[in-house]
Amino acid sequence: MKTLAELQAIRDKMKNKVVMREGVDGIRVVVGMATCGIAAGARPVLNAFVEGVDAAGLNDKVAVSQTGCIGLCQYEPIVEIHQNGEKVTYVHMTAEKAATVIEKHLKGGKIVAEFTAQEG
Amino acid sequence: MKELSLNILDVAENSVKAKASLIKITLTEKDNLFTIEIKDDGCGMSKEVLEGVTNPFYTTRTTRKVGLGLPLLKMAAEQTGGTMTIDSVSAIDNPENHGTVVNAVFYTDHIDFTPLGDVVATVTTLIQGHPEFDFIFNHIKPEGKISLDTRELKSVLEGVPLNSYDVIKWIKDYLNEQYENPINE
Repeated sequence: MKTLAELQAIRDKMKNKVVMREGVDGIRVVVGMATCGIAAGARPVLNAFVEGVDAAGLNDKVAVSQTGCIGLCQYEPIVEIHQNGEKVTYVHMTAEKAATVIEKHLKGGKIVAEFTAQEG
Repeated sequence: MKELSLNILDVAENSVKAKASLIKITLTEKDNLFTIEIKDDGCGMSKEVLEGVTNPFYTTRTTRKVGLGLPLLKMAAEQTGGTMTIDSVSAIDNPENHGTVVNAVFYTDHIDFTPLGDVVATVTTLIQGHPEFDFIFNHIKPEGKISLDTRELKSVLEGVPLNSYDVIKWIKDYLNEQYENPINE
């Protein structure tokens, strides 16, 4: 059974990490989670990023967050990736596409053009 | 929406927008009835706004942010022969005690009953996106209860954010274990 003692252990481990994280110039992954996004399948996309970023060992560099309606409901699920003041918008996302974006874009630094708004 | 858990995620976002500090989600299964209650201590709504929120064509600037979420939940309840009600006390009318309660009742034996789906993903998604809020989740089933109170977790975590991956993972496993063995009081 999961116990609160286990959560205490996570806390102690995380307390050291939190300090490390502050100095990093991060990448921000933002998933649209309004009615339009949720209905189009944003929840599994978000969870694919949350889990995939951890599995790729990118937790210290990449923060995954949620936002409301981006205003392009017909392109949902939409994921924006913000880095160094620049933004890449991925449209019609799925959990599978999220895995590709983590591998190629977040890890490899290359934009997956075929998933972006311009190409899509 | 393919799953009621997605409606819950969507409607709970309204509580976040209403600047609630505590959002309480209660699911109750009894006989052929399934009830979803989402209760918050947010800013509430005036009578005029409250009357309009379930009408998808009521689109003034004030209610645009409410959007289609509530009409979709209402439709999901009514298509089973059930109902959805909203009670709200605006912070302007009562600065001490305000907030909104959405209550939806479903008949589970109706052919148009939408399955609940992955409610654990809904709870972890809400916490991941809004770690600064407090959530109380209770699912009362005939065989027992599944519950989570983020205030208890925060008292253990001592400032480590709830949306840290390890914490979210712990919450997911903690809830899944309870679903396997609901607590029978």
